[in-house]
Amino acid sequence: MYKQLNQKAWFLVAPVVALVAFNAIIPLMTVVNFSVQETFGDNVFFWAGVDWFEQVLHSSRFHDALLRQILFTAIILLIEVPLGLIVALAMPRKGPWVSVCLVTMALPLLIPWNVVGAMWNIFALPEIGLMGKGLRSLGFDFNYTRQPLTAWFTVVLMDVWHWTSLVVLLCYAGLVSIPNDYYQAAKIDGASAWSVFRYIQLPKLKRVLTIAILLRFMDSFMIYTEVVVLTGGGPGNSTTFLSIDLVKMALGQFDLGPAAAMSLIYFLIILLLSWLFYTVMTRNEAR
Amino acid sequence: MEGTSIIAWMAWTWPTAAFFAFIALCLIAMSVWEVYSPGGAPRHGILGLDTTRGDRLFISLLGSAFIFLAWLGLFGTPLWAPLGISLVYAFVVFRWV
Repeated sequence: MYKQLNQKAWFLVAPVVALVAFNAIIPLMTVVNFSVQETFGDNVFFWAGVDWFEQVLHSSRFHDALLRQILFTAIILLIEVPLGLIVALAMPRKGPWVSVCLVTMALPLLIPWNVVGAMWNIFALPEIGLMGKGLRSLGFDFNYTRQPLTAWFTVVLMDVWHWTSLVVLLCYAGLVSIPNDYYQAAKIDGASAWSVFRYIQLPKLKRVLTIAILLRFMDSFMIYTEVVVLTGGGPGNSTTFLSIDLVKMALGQFDLGPAAAMSLIYFLIILLLSWLFYTVMTRNEAR
Repeated sequence: MEGTSIIAWMAWTWPTAAFFAFIALCLIAMSVWEVYSPGGAPRHGILGLDTTRGDRLFISLLGSAFIFLAWLGLFGTPLWAPLGISLVYAFVVFRWV
């Protein structure tokens, strides 16, 4: 096998390495250091070994937050990916409506996350919100501030509204990059719309779908701002996801040791699942 | 002592420093291995995955982290047994995956 001997190009990635070192590696090292110690402030630390890891692994609070997190991520992936794909397929590829559709799709992504939470908070309020009051006037017993189920419904709906656009835009970019020759060949062969989707569009979209799923998986697994503003993790703990629980533990209770241990376990879960997703989705491509 | 106080907020301990030194040494050793004995191109392993040496190191480290966590969650300390399992696991990954 021919091996490239000129390795000077590696110096070009040095700035990125330096940046990643400061914004990711050093904080990660600090978290590892905190996870094996106890502190009461003033940079005074006491060795705790793996006690915090044991505590977190045996804590029902962590198990519950993790289960809620997995459920939430599974629900939004099952909704957003197919929905985003369908919307992208339905969008026009030519003409003046292209710009209109693209701008409309991009709008939710431009709104700051805390504003999204505040918007949906007001929108879903049972007394004055358009959605909340509207659903109640239709006879639904909707009150997301008191009922876990309706709180979940609102959180999922908010996330779908906020992030499906990302999947749409990625899929749309993938669709317009498919050369017209493929469609012409399919037309000559008399292929049905389903066959075109199954054998041309879907394989060509595999790479962007991988990126879309990975991005949505990681983002939804780390969701914090929108949910905190919308429900504050409630009612009770029903929408307290991992990141919310982590912030409560680290900043609310100032339990830095257990919070560091929990964030490392959280990090490892995200790393494992991202690797699995990526490996499974690119496995056939590599052959 | 000036230098020590600058990084005091990072709360370094000898065991965690040793852990990161081990990771750094692994990366250096992989680089040296590749320079002296090139062969890091992807290989088809028993899991049906095409993995490079770097991929196998990643799989070994990530898997070992979960072996330690699982042991800690199920049996607690001491952690010599998961260390042994992780070494065997890493050997299997480098040899056959």
